[in-house]
Amino acid sequence: MRIPHLLACSTLLAAAAGVASAATITIATVNNGDMITMQKLSSKWEQQTGNTINWVVLEENVLRQRVTTDIATKGGQFDILTIGSYETPIWGKQGWLLTLNGFPASYDYNDIFKGVRDALSANGKLYAVPFYAESSFTFYRKDLFDAAGLKMPAKPTYDEIAQFADKLTDKSKEQYGICLRGKAGWGENMAFVDTLVNGFGGQWFDMKWNPELTSAPWKAAINYYVNLLHRDGPPGVTGNGFNENLALFSTGHCAMWIDATVAAGMVFDKTKSQVADKVGFTAAPHGVTEHGTGWFWSWALAVPASSKKADAAKSFLAWATSKDYVKLVGETNGWTGVPPGTRQSTYDNPNYIKAAPFAATVKTAILSADINHPTKNPVPYTGIQYVAIPEFQGIGTQVGQFVAAALAGQMSVDDALAKAQAATKSTMQQAGYIQ
Amino acid sequence: MLPWPGPDTAADMQAKTAILAGLARRKGLGGRVATLPLVGPSVLLLLVFSLVPLAMTLWFSFERYNLLNPAIGGFAGLANYRFLLEDSSLYSALLVSVELVLAVLAITVGLGTVLAALFETRFSGRSIARVLMISPFFVMPTVSALIWKNLLMHPVNGLFAWICRSLGLPVIDFFGAIPLTAVVIIVAWQWLPFAFLILLTALQSLDEETLEAASIDGAGPLAVFFHIQIPHMGRAISVVVMMETIFLLSVFAEIYVTTSGGPGVATTNLAFLIYQRALLAFNVGGASAAGVIAIILANIMAAFLLRSVARRLDV
Amino acid sequence: MTRHSKSHRVAGALAWIAALAMFFPIAWMFAASFKTEVEAIATPPLFVFTPTLENYREVFARADYLGFALNSVVISLGATLAALALAIPAAFAMALYPTKRTRGTLLWMLSTKMLPPVGVLVPIYLIARETALLDTRTGLIIMFALSNLPIVVWMLFTFFKETPKDIIEASRIDGASVLQVITVVLLPLVTPGIASTALLSIILCWNEAFWSLNLSAHDAAPLTAFIASFSAPEGLFWAKLSAASTMAIAPILVLGWASQRQLVRGLTFGAVK
Repeated sequence: MRIPHLLACSTLLAAAAGVASAATITIATVNNGDMITMQKLSSKWEQQTGNTINWVVLEENVLRQRVTTDIATKGGQFDILTIGSYETPIWGKQGWLLTLNGFPASYDYNDIFKGVRDALSANGKLYAVPFYAESSFTFYRKDLFDAAGLKMPAKPTYDEIAQFADKLTDKSKEQYGICLRGKAGWGENMAFVDTLVNGFGGQWFDMKWNPELTSAPWKAAINYYVNLLHRDGPPGVTGNGFNENLALFSTGHCAMWIDATVAAGMVFDKTKSQVADKVGFTAAPHGVTEHGTGWFWSWALAVPASSKKADAAKSFLAWATSKDYVKLVGETNGWTGVPPGTRQSTYDNPNYIKAAPFAATVKTAILSADINHPTKNPVPYTGIQYVAIPEFQGIGTQVGQFVAAALAGQMSVDDALAKAQAATKSTMQQAGYIQ
Repeated sequence: MLPWPGPDTAADMQAKTAILAGLARRKGLGGRVATLPLVGPSVLLLLVFSLVPLAMTLWFSFERYNLLNPAIGGFAGLANYRFLLEDSSLYSALLVSVELVLAVLAITVGLGTVLAALFETRFSGRSIARVLMISPFFVMPTVSALIWKNLLMHPVNGLFAWICRSLGLPVIDFFGAIPLTAVVIIVAWQWLPFAFLILLTALQSLDEETLEAASIDGAGPLAVFFHIQIPHMGRAISVVVMMETIFLLSVFAEIYVTTSGGPGVATTNLAFLIYQRALLAFNVGGASAAGVIAIILANIMAAFLLRSVARRLDV
Repeated sequence: MTRHSKSHRVAGALAWIAALAMFFPIAWMFAASFKTEVEAIATPPLFVFTPTLENYREVFARADYLGFALNSVVISLGATLAALALAIPAAFAMALYPTKRTRGTLLWMLSTKMLPPVGVLVPIYLIARETALLDTRTGLIIMFALSNLPIVVWMLFTFFKETPKDIIEASRIDGASVLQVITVVLLPLVTPGIASTALLSIILCWNEAFWSLNLSAHDAAPLTAFIASFSAPEGLFWAKLSAASTMAIAPILVLGWASQRQLVRGLTFGAVK
C-alpha cells in the first residue's frame, strides 16, 4: 500500500517538476455531518492540487482537548484545525494562528455575514474562516399545538413557553412539554442556560470582572429552568445534551425543544426523523430583554502558526469555505445538506430556499445574534453562550456541574449558585482578573 | 500468534524437573548471579519514566501556568495548593475515589467468588458459558460506557426503562438520581470477569480429595463453599483486591462518557478532577498540584495495601 | 449422588444465567449495529427487525478501519514484546535471587501504576515533542510498554517464584550462563505464565484510551481513535457507533475467546500454591 503510493508520488513529482511540489497536510476536525461531507468531497481538491490530506476526525470534546494541547505546546501535529468562534479570537491574539486575509478576490469576503467574520477576528484580522454557523431557536410540534388549540407566536416569551409546556405534557404517553439540555458542560447545558440568563437580564461578570452568579436574574433563571424541567421535561434530563434531545425530539417525545439551528436539517430528514412533516420553528424565547437570547456559534477552519505547509493549508481553506464548495455540496448531496449560516449567496440561492423551508428563520436568528452586546446591561466580555476569555472553558464546565446538580435535586438552586459563584471567583482570582 | 503450550507440557516439565533435580543433587547448589544487569534496565527505565514527569509536575505545581494564557506566569508559591485545598470538590473527589473502589471491589469479589464456585461444578456448555462470562473484560472502557449509557440505562430509549415500564415500575434515571451507583455498575461489569478468572484459577487448584472427603462427610454444596472453597480463595482475593485497586483508582473513561463527573460533583473522582483542571481549564499549575496529591495518595496506598497483600503472598 | 447431580444442575443453570446476563450488553450492541439509526433508539426496543449492513458500509466508507486496526495490532504487540523483554530478566532475578530490596522495588513499581495519567499529560507531551515521538507507533509502544511494565514484572515474578529453584541452580552449576538458564531452562517451564502475561498486556494496550488518543494524530492512531471519530457527533449515531464498536472490539474479543483456556489457567498472580 505504501510503496505504490510513494511511486505514484514520485512519478507525479517528476512529471510536475517546476510546479509547486505536492504536500501532505493533516486536518483535525469534528465528526459532525457537515465535516464528514467535507471529508468525502475533499478528493476533488486533492485531484485539483495534487496534494494529499490526512484526516483526524474526532468527537468534539476529544478534538478540542487534543488540538488545544497541541497548539499551546507548539506540538505542530496539524496543518488545519477545526475550532469554534470561542477559541479563534483568543488563539489569534496569542499569535497561535495565521491570519487569513489574503485569499483571491473570487473568495468574496464580503459575501460572508459580517457578524460571522467579526466573531472569527481579533484586532481586525481574520484568524479562521467559517465552515458553518448556527444560532439557537425554538422547535415545536405543529400537530400537538393544533390539537391543543395553541398558537406559537413569532417571538415567544419564557412565560408563554412554560404555559405551553404545561399544557402539552402527557407523561402517560411519554410526551414531554419541553426538552432542554441538562448534561453538564460549557458547550452543553451552559449554552442554553447562558441564553436563558441573558434573557432574564443577567450576566456572568460586572464591568470589573466580579462574577454575578448569585444575582437575582441568575436565581430567577435557574429556578425557572429547574422547575420547568421538573414539571414538563423528560426523565434523565441531566444526561441530555444536543444529541439526546435530538433523539427524543425526532422520536416524537418532545412538544418543544430550544436548541441549535443546525438541528433543523436533521429533524427535517424523513429518514432520520419520525416528526419530519410536523415541525415548526420560531425565534428563541426571550424575557426582559431580547439581547443574547439566541446564541451564536461557528465551526471554522484555521491554520496554526506552527504549520510547515501553510500554503497548501490555506489553499484548502479557500476551497472548503468558498461559494463553489456550497454549490458542490448542493449538487452532489442535495441542498438541505449545505453548510448553513455563513454566506449571503447561500441564502440567495433559490435551490436552497426551496429545499430548506427553515432557511429564512435560521438566517434571521444568526443575523440577530450579536456577540458584542450579549446582555441587557454592559459587560466587559464578548460572546453570548460563552465568555471569550481562556478561563471560560473551565469556569463554564464547573458552573454547568452545579446547575446540573440543582436540576438533579442534589442541592437547592441557591446552594448551587453559591458554590458556582465561589468556584468562579476562585478561578478568576487565580487568573489574576480580580484580587 | 503466541506459543501456546501443547497438552504434553506438564509431562515434559516433570521429566525435565526430574533430570535437572538429579543434576542438582549430584553437583550441589552454588553460584550467585549478578542481578543488577537483569533488574537494572526495568528499574532504570521506570525511574526515568516516572521521575522525569514527576519532577516536572512538582515544578509546575509551584508555577502559575495556564496553557491557554501564556500571559500568566511566574512562581506561584503554594497558591495552587491553597486554591486546591480550599476547594470542597477535592475532598468529595477523594471520597468518590474511595467509594468507587470499595463498591466495585465488594461487587466483583462478592459475585466473583460465588460465580467461580458455580463454574467449578460440571455442567453442559461450561466452556462456552465461561467465554461469555469473561467477554466484558475485552471491551474498551469507552465502548462499554457508551453501550450502558445509550442502549441500556437511558431513561427514555434504553432497554431498562422499557423493562421497568412494562412491569409497571417507575423508570430509574440512572445518571441523574443514582449517578455513582450507575458508574459502579458499569465498572463492576467490566472488572467482574477479571476477579472471576483469578478466583476460578484459585479454585481449580483445590485438590479433589479434600472435596471428596467433605462430600463423604455429608457436607452440602453451601458448606463446601463456605468452609472449604472460600478459605482456599483467600490469597486470590487479596490479589484481586490489589490489582483492581491499582486500576480502579484511575477510572476515567467510564465517568467521562456517562456523567462527566456530575451531576454536581457526584461522580468526580480524583482522576476526573485532575482531568477537569488539566484538560478543560488547561490550568497546568492547578492540575499539577492535584497530581502531586494523587502521588502522595498512591504512596500511602502502596505503603498499606500493597505491603499487606505482598505479605500474604510471601513476596 | 442424586442430591449432588441436582445441585449441579442448579449451579449450572445459575452459571448460565450469569454468563448470559454478563454477555447481554455486548450482544445488544451487536444487534444495534444491524439496525437503522431510527430503529436503534426506538421505544419500545426492537427485538425483531430486518438487519441492514448499512452501518458497516458507512463506517468502512468513512474511516480507514484497517489502518487503525493495523496500528492497534502493531502497538499492542510491540509494547507487549518490549515489556516482556525488559520484565523477564528483572522478574527472573527478583524471583530467584531476591535481596533485601526486592519487595520494596516491586511495590514501588506497582505504585507508579496508581497515578492518573492525565496528571502528567503536559510533561509527557512536551517530552514526546522534543524527541519527535508524537504521532509515531514507536512513541506509543514506549508509552504502553513502560506503563504496563509494573504489572508485567509482577505477574512474571509470581510465575517465576513457583518454578522449582533446584533446576535453575543445577543448570547454573553445569556452567550455563544466566542467559542460557533463562532461555533453555526457565522459559519452557514458564511459557504458560508468559503467555498469560502477554495476553493481559495485549488486552490492556488494545483498550488504553488516554495516551493513544492524546499522543497520536493520524499515522499512529489506533482503534480507540477510530471509536472517538464515531462517538457523539451531531445527529443520531447509536447504530453506526455500535457497528464501529463491534469492529473495534472484535479482534481482541476473538483473541480472548481463543485463549480463554490460557487465561483461566494463567491469571494466578501468585495466588495459587
